[in-house]
Amino acid sequence: MATTEVRPAAEEPEHLEEIWEDDPGVPGFFSTIDHKRIGKRYIYTCFVFFAVGGIMALVMRLQLAGSEHTVLSPSAYNELFTVHGTTMIFLFNTPVLAGFGNYLLPMMIGTRDMAFPRLNAFSYWIFVLAGIFFYSSFLVDSAPDGGWFAYTPLTDKAYSAGLNLDFWGLGVAFVGISTTVGAVNFIVTTFKMRAPGMSLNRLPIYVWSMLVFSFMVIFAVPAVTLAAGLLELDRLFGTAFFVPKAGGSTLLYQHLFWFWGHPEVYILFVPAAGMISMIIPVFSRRPLAGYLWVAASLVAIGFISFGVWVHHMFATGMPALALSFFAAVSLIIAIPSGVQFFAWIATMWHGTVRFTTPMLFALGFLLVFLLGGITGVMVAVLPFDWQATDSYFIVAHLHYVLNGAVVFPIFAALYFWLPKITGRMLNERLGHTSFWTMFIGFNLAFFPMHILGFLGMPRRIYTYSSGLGWDALNLVVTLGSFAFGLGVLLTIINMAVSHFRGARAPDNPWEADTLEWATSSPPPDYNFEAVPVVASRHPLWDQQPLPVADSGPDDATRAFGPAGAHEHTTPITGGLRAAPETTMRIPEPTILPFVFAAGLAVFVVGLLAQALVVGVAGLALGMVGLAWWVWRIGEH
Amino acid sequence: MTATSPQTIQTVIVAPPSARSRGRSVGWWGIVVVIATEGTIFLGLLSTYFFLRASSPRWPPAGVAAPELPLISVFTVVLLASSLPIFWAEAGIARGQQGRLRAGLLVSFLLGAAFLGNQIYEYNHLEFGWTDHAYASIFWTTTGLHGLHVLGGLLISLVVQAKAWSGKLSAEHHESMQVFSLYWHFVDAVWIFVFSSLYLSPHLQ
Amino acid sequence: MSRLRHAAAFAWVLASVLALAACSGSTEALDSHGSESRHIAGLWWLMFGLAAAVYVVVAGFIVLAAVRGRRGKPAGSRISPSMFIIVGGLVVPTLILLVLAVVTVTTTNALRKPSDDALRIEVTGERWWWDVRYPGRQIVTANELHVPVGQPIEIGLVSDNVIHSFWVPELAGKVDTIPGQRNVLRFTAEKPGTYLGVCAEFCGIQHAHMGFRVIAQSPGAFERWATAAATPPLQPDSEQTAQGQVLFQRLPCAGCHTVRGTEARGKVGPDLTDFTTRATIGAGAAENTPKNLARWIREAQSIKPGSLMPDLTLSDDDVAALVSYLQSLN
Repeated sequence: MATTEVRPAAEEPEHLEEIWEDDPGVPGFFSTIDHKRIGKRYIYTCFVFFAVGGIMALVMRLQLAGSEHTVLSPSAYNELFTVHGTTMIFLFNTPVLAGFGNYLLPMMIGTRDMAFPRLNAFSYWIFVLAGIFFYSSFLVDSAPDGGWFAYTPLTDKAYSAGLNLDFWGLGVAFVGISTTVGAVNFIVTTFKMRAPGMSLNRLPIYVWSMLVFSFMVIFAVPAVTLAAGLLELDRLFGTAFFVPKAGGSTLLYQHLFWFWGHPEVYILFVPAAGMISMIIPVFSRRPLAGYLWVAASLVAIGFISFGVWVHHMFATGMPALALSFFAAVSLIIAIPSGVQFFAWIATMWHGTVRFTTPMLFALGFLLVFLLGGITGVMVAVLPFDWQATDSYFIVAHLHYVLNGAVVFPIFAALYFWLPKITGRMLNERLGHTSFWTMFIGFNLAFFPMHILGFLGMPRRIYTYSSGLGWDALNLVVTLGSFAFGLGVLLTIINMAVSHFRGARAPDNPWEADTLEWATSSPPPDYNFEAVPVVASRHPLWDQQPLPVADSGPDDATRAFGPAGAHEHTTPITGGLRAAPETTMRIPEPTILPFVFAAGLAVFVVGLLAQALVVGVAGLALGMVGLAWWVWRIGEH
Repeated sequence: MTATSPQTIQTVIVAPPSARSRGRSVGWWGIVVVIATEGTIFLGLLSTYFFLRASSPRWPPAGVAAPELPLISVFTVVLLASSLPIFWAEAGIARGQQGRLRAGLLVSFLLGAAFLGNQIYEYNHLEFGWTDHAYASIFWTTTGLHGLHVLGGLLISLVVQAKAWSGKLSAEHHESMQVFSLYWHFVDAVWIFVFSSLYLSPHLQ
Repeated sequence: MSRLRHAAAFAWVLASVLALAACSGSTEALDSHGSESRHIAGLWWLMFGLAAAVYVVVAGFIVLAAVRGRRGKPAGSRISPSMFIIVGGLVVPTLILLVLAVVTVTTTNALRKPSDDALRIEVTGERWWWDVRYPGRQIVTANELHVPVGQPIEIGLVSDNVIHSFWVPELAGKVDTIPGQRNVLRFTAEKPGTYLGVCAEFCGIQHAHMGFRVIAQSPGAFERWATAAATPPLQPDSEQTAQGQVLFQRLPCAGCHTVRGTEARGKVGPDLTDFTTRATIGAGAAENTPKNLARWIREAQSIKPGSLMPDLTLSDDDVAALVSYLQSLN
């Protein structure tokens, strides 16, 4: 626990713990609204989905390891690649980044929870219920099989008659609620709950990245909600949005889907880059070079990424002039990524690098993202994309950026922050081994795919003929993918061993600079007994000892110090420099977020089963929840 | 970095910084962000409307007349007018005037309910069904989603009115009124775009 | 692990992967025999050169940045952080992207241009095969296109079911077939040969078996093919073949397939008028041999599960007659 020079005369620390702790056992499991517990839960749940999605990939690779294998039937293969992609995007990459944000954001900005703790719990419950809903499709042998992108008309009722695509469409629209409310929470928390003195100019880059992430989610997710939602209206009720013979448009679906789909990949990349911007400086023992450049680049990416979506549709026959515009913007978006890249290089160049496991994953990320970014620029070149799109070249590119440039930072973040989260160090040797296995396996698995694309291998095929010369490279890909999986397994083992036998982690094992490290490992439920007063971008490097604010006499400053912690409150600040404004009571734990989420899940199941009563009941419950929330606004 | 045990953080208690005047509440910011995302959904639906229109040789399709204007124009005025009592009510409660709050909320509620009533009437008299063709689908879906937002707003209005009548709102604390009024103005603003796109613009081509 | 050993390990891994890349076999899209694929291949080599240079230089900086600096005290440097960011992150990428933008525009402008003397072919994406027609020449076939070398080709691409994508990498980039619109692919074949194509947009259960061939021939050879293709098949010359023709029209076959000059006018499956000239059955699902053909007729679902060709219960004699008939269709 952080030591202080002046102890409050009030109650003992144990009483403080009691005020903040969750109810024990099963009730506590469902009623917690603690951002750290929710964040942890997100991360662990996501890794379960990662493992499941990863195993699906390995089974697909067994099928494709040689020509004309019979490991999987075509329908099974089509289900696997659909569920693999959908899982990795919707049930792993996006929520795990939200989960890290959940845990880290309030701590990095020096506050005691999120702006809307009950909404936070709600977003987790929606996520996990959506995942369960989606996977329950296997129980009725109707797993989605239209591709993770689910293009019409293939996914219209006429060509996909079963429930498969309804699990997809309803699941995607449902999980979007979780992402969206999470984004609301991140934005409002960052605006209104920063520690005093933490001006925008002093925000950790990770917090900037979560702000950009959140704004992108706000403006992008509606498009996929519409794509999936209108598809479901066509399927469930017979509307004609995507039916050409009734005046609808096939391409409309693609525009709606990719208007979200492209920003989505930057929604994933931006927080990953934000994490790297926290990790590289710590292990270079110096501040990030070009802070303003990096922050501006993240914001620029946020904006520009909304202007490139048609590059996923280069082969659809649109006029070349329109396509050329999108090609140009797709080239331009490389520049802010390049700026960040050289900021990272400059940081290491002028620092002294320590090769810890998080740093290894960061270096691996750099080498992999460099290649993924380069191939991205290549496919922005419109005529080249006419050859590359829908081939294994794109499979290579997308995995270099969505696996390499997102998953490697996630693993770096895991090794970096897990000691803070669990209070135990991970094993460095096992970490190094895991990294090298993953790095080598990754490149063996995905690099040859570039070549397979040139050999004419299209995407999403369950088998290929023996005379084409694709066998050898596919075998290498399969071997690499298993090696990658082994590397992941080593980290999971590391996490398990650390849980039971890891060395106790000190407050700040890496000698890092930001506020989350100014607590014990793991932190107390209330994070900060007294909220830090910030005067630098690197409080723990520049402000020693760290000043923490006592409670003041008025409403605006009462929450800062131990008195505020004892009253289960947290300060509200505002303005560019985060000056004190008022006090916010943190709500008591409650199962209502779970009930509300479950009610919505019931509504979704009702839509799937076309059971009007079930659907209406679920919707009514949702209305009740909304009314209850409005009733409770402004309670003091 | 200090030489001694940099892995344990030393702190020192200081006086808190001085306060600034209160800015917007977290609830207000929350509803602003929600409005941004909901607004984007409507933007997407209207984009869909114009995309389908651009892809069609005739719009509305053959055999379908452009929407009739007289009745809906009247009720457009009714809906937009329902924002005025909200402004008046919110300004009132900011000065502690409970009467203005309650009256404004009630009048706005009645105007909004009238609009919704007309929408139900219009749905019963539309010559095309939801599934007839793409034009019908986008028309029903866009106006329907807006109608659901009006319905949700009326529900929230009832809750806020219940709070108002039981004295839970005051000059210092009327956050739920601020949140509701932003939402209601949003619903009205969206209608301006929906009305212009779906009702007016087919008559302008 | 020491700093230098880390750097060496990184370098080794990358070198191996790149070597692997260099040692692999021929590359269809770069073996360009068509006007469009030739332009794109040229573009590719320019990009590859730039990419390789960028990768080596930047990866070099990464590795160097990681290993330089003695323990404790960072080494001084003449390259300031601003210089890294501005030169490396802004200036150089902008220059490279400008070059790429220019070649994008020039290459795109050189491709898919309409031409008055183009040979028109209409291709329809079906589930899971390709319908091929030559308007004005009365040629209807499936899964194979013949084109004369040196003449601009204009392929109209449509679909009345789901989205497919027409891709023959040795000749050109791909174009989707999208229900509700007609897309066009234009290119010129530059060398005679047989070029394999695939469907490149996921279109359902047998997307993997929707291959086709483009056979580029000298203009003379093309004309000979076209004349033969426009002629209806000869009457059966043996009893078995005649028996096959009768069976074909009596059984469900004629309900789905067309054979010009006979009563078979089905529109669901491919036109079989010149069936025996095709290299594969089922759009690449099996080679066109008598044995495979017999199996296809009996139990197509075992070769191409999910396709719309049903399994048929027939006697051995009937199957043999049908095979004989189909093999006579020239």
